[in-house]
Amino acid sequence: MDLLNNLALGFQTALTLQNLAYAFFGTVLGTLIGVLPGLGPVATIAMLLPSIYTLDATPALIMLAGIYYGAQYGGSTTAILINVPGESSSVVTAIDGYQMARRGRAGAALAAAGLGSFFAGCVGTVIIAAFAPPLTELAFKFGSAEYFSLMVLGLVGAVVLASGSLVKAIAMIVLGLLLGQVNTDVITGTARFSFDIPELTDGIGFVVIAMGVFGFGEIIANLGQPEEHREVFTKEVKGLWPTREDFKDAWPSVLRGTALGSILGVLPGGGALLASFASYTLEKKVARNPRVPFGKGAIQGVAGPESANNAGAQTSFIPMLTLGIPPNPVMALMVGAMTIKGIQPGPQVMTSNPELFWGLIASMWLGNLMLIVLNLPLIGIWIKLLTVPYRFLFPAIVVFCCVGTYSLNNNNFDVFMTAGFAAVGYAFYKLGCEPAPLLLGFILGPMMEENLRRALLLARGDWSTFLTRPLSAGLLIASALMIVVVMLPSIKSKREEAFQEEG
Amino acid sequence: MKIKSQRDFWSGLMFLVIGAAFAWGSMEYSFGTSARPGPGYFPFGLGILLALLGGLVLFKALTLESEGGDPIGAIAWRPLLIIVLAILVFGLALPRLGLICTLPLTVLLSSLAGREFHWRDVLISSVLLTAGSWALFILGLKLTIPVWPIYFG
Repeated sequence: MDLLNNLALGFQTALTLQNLAYAFFGTVLGTLIGVLPGLGPVATIAMLLPSIYTLDATPALIMLAGIYYGAQYGGSTTAILINVPGESSSVVTAIDGYQMARRGRAGAALAAAGLGSFFAGCVGTVIIAAFAPPLTELAFKFGSAEYFSLMVLGLVGAVVLASGSLVKAIAMIVLGLLLGQVNTDVITGTARFSFDIPELTDGIGFVVIAMGVFGFGEIIANLGQPEEHREVFTKEVKGLWPTREDFKDAWPSVLRGTALGSILGVLPGGGALLASFASYTLEKKVARNPRVPFGKGAIQGVAGPESANNAGAQTSFIPMLTLGIPPNPVMALMVGAMTIKGIQPGPQVMTSNPELFWGLIASMWLGNLMLIVLNLPLIGIWIKLLTVPYRFLFPAIVVFCCVGTYSLNNNNFDVFMTAGFAAVGYAFYKLGCEPAPLLLGFILGPMMEENLRRALLLARGDWSTFLTRPLSAGLLIASALMIVVVMLPSIKSKREEAFQEEG
Repeated sequence: MKIKSQRDFWSGLMFLVIGAAFAWGSMEYSFGTSARPGPGYFPFGLGILLALLGGLVLFKALTLESEGGDPIGAIAWRPLLIIVLAILVFGLALPRLGLICTLPLTVLLSSLAGREFHWRDVLISSVLLTAGSWALFILGLKLTIPVWPIYFG
């Protein structure tokens, strides 16, 4: 059994003391920062990137993955306890989870979210292990034209499933692609858009953009808003263990959520967000006569979406690991981190760095296990963190982001660039332009250009090569279909309705 | 002509200008041919595309009615300027003053951006964050960041 051999190799790697420690460190850090209000996983990972500069690639990625699901988990905790979803994928958790907390059942809600996520995480891990190798095989058949079309599909998928205006989101992608053009042309060695600044000939660091826009931009936006009044249910978290009825109600939802999340997570742009929305809708339709109606604290409304978003988060690693194409901004950061560590993301990672590949997968399962242990018994500590006032938090974020950008190249040029992007990030916020697609475009820009130019070179300048090669044509048609479907009036109103709940 | 959506108007304009600027800037580089695309090929195409998309957003902002004009709202100048300033000061100070002096300075400056400002809290944050960063970045991660002011080290 290849699968078992591979997993064995993975666990061998992941179970070394060093890697276990980093996975643990990552999940703790992720939970810690995820619980703090106003910081989602993207900002968390961006902020903690300097911590991986000195690590080897495998522990570095293991830690980042830990931060990712830790932050996501922490986000659900805030959603349930203070009705502030730490990130978009726990928005629906807040609907019923917060209601449960108000009725003194915060413990049951947290446990349902935690156990559901753990189950989903286990299934997600097995799915990655099972599907990654065949997908990698397929990826080796890809030529430049196919890669280009696949990236188009990935980028289109990312905007179609994002909230807000479609045209603006596409424009943000193109802007990201253009920012990725500030570099030295790989083929001719021409420095582009560098204004004779030597630092710019290496390109703008993606950490600079991520920290400027996601870290600092968010701080400025938060400070510009009137202080919100938060009600924290600190003392009421008792009776952590769900009752028998809770178990009976929740487990079918967990199964459905896991299945839905695993499928949607693989789709470009899908990932955790879409999975949790879809699961909530499904639960509302499927669950017959819930003991408590939806919107009033139904445990199904917590267990389903939470399992779905965790399953989706796991399986969204598949396109990143096998094709090197990030389906969401967090994966874009992971791709960036791999590049910092000198690993070119793509199908070759599995064969050239098998320890990294399988170790990462095995560590995901271990990380999920750690999260359960960390969160359920220790919930009291995390709750205390919720009460830290923002005036202590944001100077800390500023300091960490500053040190992070400086240590990127030991150069204060990056710090100054970040200051610029902080202002740009705030402008995006004010203008209602979502920054996530920009980051995806920025990461994929250079890869896309290289593949486009190579494909054109091979086809002797014939653009129809993208449509005459069947795989490439299929991918492009899929992208076009996605746009058309979203533009259809009936879907359009549904989509707006779905994202309404978010605001 | 009346602007029907403030946010879309300005973002459309932004995309249009940036796209045009990139397209114009890329004319400096060899465009090549489709069979042998040069360094200017991809950015030129993207610049034009962005300008077109910006035009589309702009057009919608001027024709489609939106709720209440979709105003941009008040700009939080104070946090914006202070945070940007704090980052710049950090960048200028770190190579000269080292971590030990720069971090309290950054904490103090950025705290001014908040709604509340208490000397005691700023002091606590400064000490905790400086000590914590030193332990984490210098002791733990062994990053090569200047710690002491150059005049002492």
